[in-house]
Amino acid sequence: MKIKYTEALIIGGGLAGLRSAIATTKKGLDTIVLSLVPVKRSHSAAAQGGMQASLANSVMGEGDNEDVHFADTVKGSDWGCDQEVARMFVQTAPKAIRELASWGVPWTRIKGGNREVVINTKRTTIKERDEAHGLINARDFGGTKKWRTCYTSDATGHTMLYAVTNEAMRLGVVIEDKKEAISLITENNQCYGAIVRDLKDGTLTAYVAKGTLIATGGYGRIYKQSTNATICKGTGHAIALEAGAYLANMEAVQFHPTPIVPSGILLTEGCRGDGGVLRDKDGYRFMPDYEPEKKDLASRDVVSRRMLEHIKKGKGVKSPYGEHLWLDISILGREHIEKNLRDVQDISKTFNGIDPADEGEKGWMPVLPMQHYSMGGIRVTPKGESVNIKGLFACGEAACWDLHGFNRLGGNSVSETVVAGMIIGDYFADFCSRNDIIIGTTVVEDELKRQDDYINYLLNLDGDEKIYDIKDRMRVIMQEKVGIFRNGKDLDDAVKELSELLEKTKHITVANKCRLLNPELEEAYKVPMMLKVALCVAKGARDRTESRGAHYREDYLKRDDKNWLNKTITYWENPDDLEPSIKYEPLDIMKMEMPPAFRGYGRKGQIIENPLSQKRQDEVDKIKAEHKGDRFELQEKLMPYDLPNGYKARNERLGVSYE
Amino acid sequence: MSREITITALKYNPSDKNSKPTFAEYKLTETPGMTLYIALTKIKASIDHDLSSDFVCRAGICGACGMIINGKPRLACKTLTSEFKDGKIELLPLPTFKLIKDLSVDTGSWMKNMSIRVNSWIEAKEQTDITKIEKIVEPEVAQEVFELDRCIECGLCVASCSTAIMRKDFVGAVGLNRVARFQIDPHDKRTDSDFYEIIGDDEGIFGCMSLLACEDHCPKNLPLQSKIAYMRRKMVKV
Repeated sequence: MKIKYTEALIIGGGLAGLRSAIATTKKGLDTIVLSLVPVKRSHSAAAQGGMQASLANSVMGEGDNEDVHFADTVKGSDWGCDQEVARMFVQTAPKAIRELASWGVPWTRIKGGNREVVINTKRTTIKERDEAHGLINARDFGGTKKWRTCYTSDATGHTMLYAVTNEAMRLGVVIEDKKEAISLITENNQCYGAIVRDLKDGTLTAYVAKGTLIATGGYGRIYKQSTNATICKGTGHAIALEAGAYLANMEAVQFHPTPIVPSGILLTEGCRGDGGVLRDKDGYRFMPDYEPEKKDLASRDVVSRRMLEHIKKGKGVKSPYGEHLWLDISILGREHIEKNLRDVQDISKTFNGIDPADEGEKGWMPVLPMQHYSMGGIRVTPKGESVNIKGLFACGEAACWDLHGFNRLGGNSVSETVVAGMIIGDYFADFCSRNDIIIGTTVVEDELKRQDDYINYLLNLDGDEKIYDIKDRMRVIMQEKVGIFRNGKDLDDAVKELSELLEKTKHITVANKCRLLNPELEEAYKVPMMLKVALCVAKGARDRTESRGAHYREDYLKRDDKNWLNKTITYWENPDDLEPSIKYEPLDIMKMEMPPAFRGYGRKGQIIENPLSQKRQDEVDKIKAEHKGDRFELQEKLMPYDLPNGYKARNERLGVSYE
Repeated sequence: MSREITITALKYNPSDKNSKPTFAEYKLTETPGMTLYIALTKIKASIDHDLSSDFVCRAGICGACGMIINGKPRLACKTLTSEFKDGKIELLPLPTFKLIKDLSVDTGSWMKNMSIRVNSWIEAKEQTDITKIEKIVEPEVAQEVFELDRCIECGLCVASCSTAIMRKDFVGAVGLNRVARFQIDPHDKRTDSDFYEIIGDDEGIFGCMSLLACEDHCPKNLPLQSKIAYMRRKMVKV
């Protein structure tokens, strides 16, 4: 039996996992990071447009601060987020970006003086302050009041991932790539590591640790069309689920407005942030008709629905791949595109033969909303620990911490990865420092043997079903029945059929009997995991009879704060169950800094109000009216929160110091 | 009008004593806009479940899917099958890297060794107080660093490099570009003498024979040769 010991085990080598590893290493803990792929290839690298942090350097960001970022995030979430977590996040984000700058992220910087930008399709000159010269620039993004999204051209995730990996290497973090965790080692509801399969030679090893942190990203690949990388299969969620951990809000799935058709490769929101617009088959810019205030830059859930609504009106462009709309960035000019949107240009040229810098309709890129982000995940406390399994932590997209509620703002995810890595990484390190491995080796060996037997079991199955067909069918069901527009009947069908598919995975045959490097065997153990995750999404969506953020029910159009201001908790009670169990965790309006209200975009008059919202609003108004002192003291009165490692310190800004 | 294309791929599992290198031939119907990612995914799902290859982002961003495509090192995900007029495509794994199986190679270990060898990180001038306004960087300088930071460690430069075949520890264009990137980064305190300690030998800057294949095959069009020449001039002066 192969057993390896460490103090902190981190599963997932994207930005969240690596930043957490830096936190644990800095506290002197032996740390191992496991990754499916060489870490610099993690899906974090695909984040294009930028990272939100309220630096307020640019003139278009003047007046920005944590309070404004907080309000944008809460509205964006459609009041589904944990406001305490949102506060922790906005307070730390400026520190995160400044730390990253010191690690070498070549953030695009401000040039003092006049510069030309495109606002509302018109070329406009803005004047950057001379004292801001050389500070980090920001672009506009959806659902934000200020230009707050800091960037390196449109390869922001790439430069961040390289800088964080480099820093982790400098500190000597042990990074093992081509390793896949296939189950967690638990005893008495506490986690002590994982059983790990080596993807280079197929062997199994038990990694035993004081604490285990999952940072495996999202589960987009359960959908037929997704912007996610091939590795985003939700297996991190699945091993947590199988170990008994609660997942939350799995039905909260974001569909990005502008992946390119048909490949599904993302074109960043920065395209619209920088002034690009959506057009229909007549070349008409339609978004201002639906969203007069935010136009093309309402939140992603709203823009995606408006696009499909417009296509339903017969305004889509017909193509061999179905209907789509156009994204026009040609109006930004070639110089801007070749400097700030060059990956977009490269993708469009390579995969579609379209140069988006070409003037007029020749440069328009075909786009259609597709699955993009998983707001749901492993349910954790503000400290990042699973609410029901001790010693199991999660952060980044894999977690439901919960910063995003039912819709995430663009630029907040890549920001969350590093911010959560800083905060949760620190709490995780504390846990690992304080706790011992008190698990018997027989428990470890039993779990290792169980997984070894499971692989033998899969190889010995002798049925007629085909694992690849099952996977394809799952992805089609999710696409067609658990998509942007949802209804009770389709969701009910989806749950039933997904359960049947899960049963069918027990009746497959793996043709190649090799235990080692065998891609077919990998499918055989991954697809049932994906199906369990898909069932959590579908069942959560079926039972949530309201519309909130990205979860949109045609049969329940209103956001129902009276009955549904809660988180969906899905969990797997018995290993042989064919669907998850569900319960709900209420959100406490009376503790909110910002009680539920209208978002300021999207359809009006679609809220079933909770009487407590007004009651809390009156309370908040009263506290504000009576308050004497600065905004930090006021915030403390409204909703106190904690942060570790000095992250609660105030952030300095140009012209306003630490105010 | 869809045509039939033929993809030939090396099949070999070095960890299996019974495995011998062979070519497998797959025939499939081309679809509009088909990339080698789409083609190989189709082959794996319906013709040969056993074929191994590395794809992650499938958008030319992550650098995972380098292979030799009709004799040239390229990213498979960014290669359209329609480019090949006779419909015949031969795939081999990247040389220089350790073969894992079929078209899958271990670029990860190679890049990790290179990164540690060239100290691929910022050696900071001072401790940063992250509550304070960030250090000023000239916009042009940030842009220059970014240009070199665009490398995706796909390994195509290494696979096309003659020195890398002869010298096992040669850091390659990827490593030399990395050093050039830190050399111009204002956050980095290292001097040219420090960098000389790292790359001032035949495994480093003096190993390059200037055959230019690295730059020819770089999918990010990085100015590798001029950066290698720049670093060589700097190192000669030390």
